Amino acid sequence: MGVLHLVNRSPGETQALAQCLDRAGEGDAILLMQSGVYAAMKHSALASRMEQSIRKVNIHVLAPDLAARGIAAEEVMKGIELISYEGFVNLSISHGPILSWN
Amino acid sequence: MKNFLFVMRQPPFQGSRIRESMDMIMTVAAFDQCVKILFLDDGVFLLKSNQNPDNPDLKTSTPLFAALELYDVEELWVEGESLAERGLDPSHLILPVRTLGRTEIAFFLAKADIVVNC
Amino acid sequence: MKFAIQINSAPWESQACETAYQFSRASLTMGHEIVRIFFYYEGAYNGLRWMSPPDDENPLIRRWSELANEHGVDLTICISAAQRRGLLEQSEAKRLGKSDNDLAEGFRIAGLGLWVDACLKADRLLVFGA
Repeated sequence: MGVLHLVNRSPGETQALAQCLDRAGEGDAILLMQSGVYAAMKHSALASRMEQSIRKVNIHVLAPDLAARGIAAEEVMKGIELISYEGFVNLSISHGPILSWN
Repeated sequence: MKNFLFVMRQPPFQGSRIRESMDMIMTVAAFDQCVKILFLDDGVFLLKSNQNPDNPDLKTSTPLFAALELYDVEELWVEGESLAERGLDPSHLILPVRTLGRTEIAFFLAKADIVVNC
Repeated sequence: MKFAIQINSAPWESQACETAYQFSRASLTMGHEIVRIFFYYEGAYNGLRWMSPPDDENPLIRRWSELANEHGVDLTICISAAQRRGLLEQSEAKRLGKSDNDLAEGFRIAGLGLWVDACLKADRLLVFGA
């Protein structure tokens, strides 16, 4: 079973996402939430790193946190899946253990 | 028995943060669980030798790590790349550690039951 | 599925507590179990009885208490984290010769052993906040 990585900071705030992408392995999942959702945008600072990772890691973004920040689904990078809180719960079941990066 | 892995990524002197994290680690150890600590990124600075030994107002947390042996917490792991990126190697650290490569971290995390970022 | 939740942030400093609350609500609605919500580090501030944020903010303190009432969720604040931050429940306050009860309805104060206990009973631990 792959690890679920939770990232709640934007790439401009901390290195957390870059550090997480460096370590996430095949079959792991990443969930971007809170300020972390900014990294899901097509033109984010880490866009090219993310595109590389999407091939081996499943990247998800918490849809209510996108909506709260005025980010439409069309503005999200291809290959990132939008999920609800129910989807978050299901990811926590299908993956484990769970590591939060700050 | 469960495998607990504590991931330390913060540098020293973050208020009482490290002290409180160590309380968690020692409590888990007291429950006879399997405890490992992984130092990543700036967390490797926690183990750097010669930290501020004589300042009582800004107490170093290094004695807490040195005391882990008493709690049978003997598995301290460090990512080699985190050390190298900071100009350090294991000889700069206060305790003997086991070294992992960056590409081995995902598998190492996946083996734990509980992972706690400190 | 059984979840243990750990919260490390104060309710006013980030969105972390809100996310933890929404995750907890969703998992309970889906029929899963929350073994315990354990408040550590700055998370201890979630149980402050006298917090009085403006009404239009829909304060979490009220929603935490409702979650405890409706679903019997165990809201435990770590005793050492609480003492370090000046948060006392009545018996502890009395023991220390102080006269306050800072703890909101539905919360209790206990040791880190209950955090370990939650980790041992749960299938997953989720940590929210810095």
